[in-house]
Amino acid sequence: MTDPISLNLKINGQSHALDVEPRVTLLDALREHLHLTGTKKGCDQGQCGACTVFVDGRRVLSCLTLAAQAEGAEITTIEGLAGADGALHPVQEAFLEHDAFQCGYCTPGQIMSAVACIKEGHAGSEAEIREYMSGNLCRCGAYNSIVAAVRQAAEAV
Amino acid sequence: MREFSYSLAASLEDAAHRAKAAGALLIAGGTTLLDLAKCGVTEPEAVVDISKLTGFGEIEVTDGGVKIGALARMSDVAEHAELQQYFPAVTQSLSLAASAQLRNMATIGGNLLQRTRCNYFRDPAAFPACNKRNPGSGCSALGGVTRNHAVLGVSEHCIATYHGDLAVALTAFDAVIELTGREIGIEDFFLLPGDTPDRETVLQPGEIITGIRIAATPAARKSLYLKVRDRQSYEFAAASAAVGLELEADGGTIRDIRVALGGVATKPWRARAVEQALIGKTLTEDTVREASRLAVEGAVAHGDNAYKIDLVPRVVARAILTVGGLA
Ligand SMILES: Cc1cc2nc3c(=O)[nH]c(=O)nc-3n(C[C@H](O)[C@H](O)[C@H](O)COP(=O)(O)OP(=O)(O)OC[C@H]3O[C@@H](n4cnc5c(N)ncnc54)[C@H](O)[C@@H]3O)c2cc1C
Ligand code: SF4
Ligand code: FES
Ligand code: FES
Repeated sequence: MTDPISLNLKINGQSHALDVEPRVTLLDALREHLHLTGTKKGCDQGQCGACTVFVDGRRVLSCLTLAAQAEGAEITTIEGLAGADGALHPVQEAFLEHDAFQCGYCTPGQIMSAVACIKEGHAGSEAEIREYMSGNLCRCGAYNSIVAAVRQAAEAV
Repeated sequence: MREFSYSLAASLEDAAHRAKAAGALLIAGGTTLLDLAKCGVTEPEAVVDISKLTGFGEIEVTDGGVKIGALARMSDVAEHAELQQYFPAVTQSLSLAASAQLRNMATIGGNLLQRTRCNYFRDPAAFPACNKRNPGSGCSALGGVTRNHAVLGVSEHCIATYHGDLAVALTAFDAVIELTGREIGIEDFFLLPGDTPDRETVLQPGEIITGIRIAATPAARKSLYLKVRDRQSYEFAAASAAVGLELEADGGTIRDIRVALGGVATKPWRARAVEQALIGKTLTEDTVREASRLAVEGAVAHGDNAYKIDLVPRVVARAILTVGGLA
């Protein structure tokens, strides 16, 4: 048995100390150890985007990131997107307005990815949004509404 | 995923030293390593993190070309404005690969060393026979589902495709891979499977990729990466072509042409026969289509992947005609 390592992860502006086995991914650290279950586990192999979070402001897959590799970085999850007063992020508003989900399982990942997609400047057209959101699959096929929501939010932010 | 220890490399020397130990593996972006550890394909005992080392992530453009540090992220290289101008096939090969999230994580060095997506290779529990994983155990793909397997460079021991996109663009333009202590041309870096499919590159234990260099040439500047696939995005190539073209001052005679193929061969594949058939010729649709057929000289189909032999010449021709302004 490998000895656990002590980590200090900065998530949504708050420091969290935790002891985990070195093989624990950031996704499992968030969900199983810190009970931040907004970030979803779909495939656990980089193929669906449900686990998307920001590490130092860049969108990454938490299922293929070791928790240990995220130490020292600013991590943002879906729980950290709304304002301190609970006001939803414009992308969250747009998803609600466009009903951009059915079961909602892919939604936290879609929203995190969409926020990044807009910030990166890759939400200029429907085709560009489809390309730069392609790392987020939706088993329910809510793509048309997702693209519409991202377009609207891109204009708003 | 089996247990392993984790540590940060203090320096390149430290990483090289520790990577020599049996059971030790370097981790950069982790997108290949952790994926394969979860599949049970790699079972490291010690993971040594090089991603935080400084001095190997820069992109330096000079008059002669570009040097890209091994730790540069795919997205940073893909979005680099000067590279987009001087090496469009290279930046396109990256922006058409994986997804935005993966490109933010994955490094250039790790990208070259990605492993095949052969489904038999990736599933040791269900398919123990795989010469790449376990030399001498056989090949589960032969006689199996082979839609994504290679038609070029195959051996009786392994028909797994090299699926990376970047290495294909680099192969077209004779990139040089810089390692700790030596450097090597990209075509010599990757090995054919032959009877040792477990050996994919010349990299020795403890050797680290520190960067790649690409010379600036007119063909690299007028270049294109065309990737054809089953899904429009976030998918590996069914067939891809990196092409570069330089015409004589007359605007029609081909002075230099580069063609490399992806998604169809066991290593990034330079299609020299196509290049040789076109140098000195006038760029016309007929000449290009005729020469493009040479791309699949020596190709061998195994069942489901026969379609690639029809597809490759069309992809090559379309890429050349597009870059030449005829399509
Ligand atoms: C769902 C999915 C889709 C993908 N689609 C594509 C695609 O369409 N096209 C494409 O080209 N790729 C694709 N990829 C592959 C992806 O590009 C690679 O996984 C990635 O580039 C690997 O880089 P990394 O830094 O994450 O490597 P790591 O996982 O960190 O390392 C990979 C291997 O290289 C070794 N290593 C890393 N850096 C060095 C170094 N500097 N020197 C020596 N050894 C080193 C490690 O020990 C490890 O064995 C996809 C991956 C996934 C998961
Ligand atoms: S094709 Fe190669 S990687 Fe795939 S099962 Fe056969 S030996 Fe293994
Ligand atoms: S859970 Fe991470 S990509 Fe699917
Ligand atoms: S809403 Fe169900 S998977 Fe996207």
